[in-house]
Amino acid sequence: MRKVYLDNNATTQLHPEALDAMLPYLKDSYGNPSSIHQFGREVWGDIVDARASVANLLGCDTSEIYFTSGGTEADNIAVIGTAYANADKGKHVITSSIEHHAVLESCHYLEKNGFEVTYLPVDEDGCVNPDDLKKAIRKDTILVSIMHINNETGSIQDIKTMASIAKDAGVYFHTDAVQSAGKEPVNVGALGIDLLAASAHKINGPKGSGLIYIRKGTKVEPRMYGGHHESGMRAGTENVAGIIGLSKALEISCANMETEYHRYTDLTSKLWNGITSQVDDVVLNGCKCGNRRFPNTLNISFKGIEGEAIILNLDIIGIGVASGSACSSGSTDPSHVLLAMGVESWVARGSLRISFGKFTTEEDIDYVIEQVPPVVERLRKMSPVYNR
Amino acid sequence: MADRVLVAMSGGVDSSATAIILKRAGYDVIGVTMKLWQGENIDSELEVKTCCGTDSARDAKYVCQKFNVPHYTINYADAFRKDVVDNLIYEYFAGRTPNPCIRCNTYMKWGELVKLADKLQAEYIATGHYARIREAGDGEFRLLKGVDGHKDQSYALWGISRGLLSRTLLPIGERQKSGIRQLLQDEGINFFEKPESQEICFIPDDDLPGFLKESAEKLGLEITEGDIVDDSGEVIGKHKGLPYYTIGQRKGLGISNPVPLYVKDIDTEHNRLVVSENDDLRSSNCTVTNLNWLISPPKPDSEVEFEVKIRYRHQAARALCSVNNDGSVRVEFKQPQRAITPGQSAVFYDRERVMGGGVIDNVD
Repeated sequence: MRKVYLDNNATTQLHPEALDAMLPYLKDSYGNPSSIHQFGREVWGDIVDARASVANLLGCDTSEIYFTSGGTEADNIAVIGTAYANADKGKHVITSSIEHHAVLESCHYLEKNGFEVTYLPVDEDGCVNPDDLKKAIRKDTILVSIMHINNETGSIQDIKTMASIAKDAGVYFHTDAVQSAGKEPVNVGALGIDLLAASAHKINGPKGSGLIYIRKGTKVEPRMYGGHHESGMRAGTENVAGIIGLSKALEISCANMETEYHRYTDLTSKLWNGITSQVDDVVLNGCKCGNRRFPNTLNISFKGIEGEAIILNLDIIGIGVASGSACSSGSTDPSHVLLAMGVESWVARGSLRISFGKFTTEEDIDYVIEQVPPVVERLRKMSPVYNR
Repeated sequence: MADRVLVAMSGGVDSSATAIILKRAGYDVIGVTMKLWQGENIDSELEVKTCCGTDSARDAKYVCQKFNVPHYTINYADAFRKDVVDNLIYEYFAGRTPNPCIRCNTYMKWGELVKLADKLQAEYIATGHYARIREAGDGEFRLLKGVDGHKDQSYALWGISRGLLSRTLLPIGERQKSGIRQLLQDEGINFFEKPESQEICFIPDDDLPGFLKESAEKLGLEITEGDIVDDSGEVIGKHKGLPYYTIGQRKGLGISNPVPLYVKDIDTEHNRLVVSENDDLRSSNCTVTNLNWLISPPKPDSEVEFEVKIRYRHQAARALCSVNNDGSVRVEFKQPQRAITPGQSAVFYDRERVMGGGVIDNVD
């Protein structure tokens, strides 16, 4: 059976070069970077290089990069760690209603611990209006956390404008850049942000490896205590191979960013045109014109059928796609992101998320264009709610 | 291409074995765990116990993965609440004793799961029930008791649409329970040290009164105390609210009497609980409604003799069944039966074969 993986916003295939870069640290270079002897020192030196490389790609100082176990941990540090460290100034946090659970659940945790959180709405394209942020900032606001690119729809937020609004108000600004770092230019200085979370496995790096950027001078409390690793911000012996893999994956993806962007744009058009030329009543969820949507993600709904039924049928024939976000699959609850965009209930329940990655080929898209229409056709025939 | 079958997998022994047997037999198996209940009060401990918990879904998924079978957990909580849970609550409030497992089979497995089978182009659905389906020479499919008499669950399957028998596979019913455990052991599946499923899967700690009380508040139903009377109508105590009682119940009446007393009637009209001594609970006749026939339905005004089973653990008894004009069935037992209970199912058997069934509406 042919296998086609189109769920790259959930995770991606490890790049062979990243694997090659990691292998020595899983074999011969096993030293603990904190050790005083040469076994440790050689590994320590390579982490310094990796940190420098990452800092260079994100446009910050090496001392502002802290390696973590992934995007979720980075978001937890950014949201909870910053809120706790600045609680003396106020207990109000602002985020958006379309954040990943790593941020949303961290905010819920804060709410249980005496903080107040404002969840900004989004427009029909899935974008936060910077004016809404401006209005929501209060005297006791200490942190704003808005994601860069949304994992479900690919909607791109105007981080630069919103970070500047926060800065003018003297409020810290965090962005969850798990879906953007390595895919879209992310220069922390140009964006004007204080904190950023990124992950390796969304850009063909290894799972269990991520980072947080914390601008120098930003008050953040650690969430993990122990040794003095990562300047005391994140205790625990370094995931050496993971860090090396992250650094390598980010290098490769940044080097190919522009080519990949254009390739994704072509693939998205091909897929959208290929499906809509055969199937009626299909809705694109997110920015229709494409200006505010990252082109590796195509989130679509088919009138009259649940996304889940399509996904199961595609799985049976070897095509891996998602409904909503990976973390909430296994249930037919409508996507919180789509609901926040104000879509009709059938759109939220019927959504299919197709996301491309580095190893997605044109043949993969051809296969999907060939396979999806008959599945939709068949399911609609037995749908009690679909009338053509 | 191999025939595709969706196996309803609770994560327990029987449904896991069902999936394995069918896979070994060459079917194109897909495992489905139906997530049925999302009670607010379900805690992690309870989830281990129930058939709808996430731990169970994990076990089912694990078995599937071991045998290279796709597995999906699908949320049916809305349909389950509507068709099974709410019905149970309203039935208790109507003074009846419902059997939610039977409705779950009819509405969830031979309802929702069949719909999913259609969507996934599966010819069959399968469950781990101890019952059998046989194709007779005339092309008709018959539902039969399971081979293991102690485990037979055919009683709980009377509600299957007749037309779905040909699309149903029940491989476990062909075997003894002991053989199923052995089969799993031989296949290297050894994490099944689970207790048997409890009384009602969605009721925490089997605390039915607590569940009804909580549900009543949510649904705006009232539970009112009232009198307990004896056969002569004399008031001999107070009841806590009729939904808390079941016909035949002896414990928890709060009345001291030289001879044990049993609930004989739940009189919702007068909010009275009628209690009596054991022998008075026997009756010979009842009316059965909501019929489902697994044979050509008998014509109105016809009379047929069946063995009729009036609860899961009841020894089926011979009865004359006459079909009324409205489709209901009048059952006259040859011998009086103890505690015939409205809300429970009456299932009609011809020796091994389930002919049909319905819900006991009233007893006289």
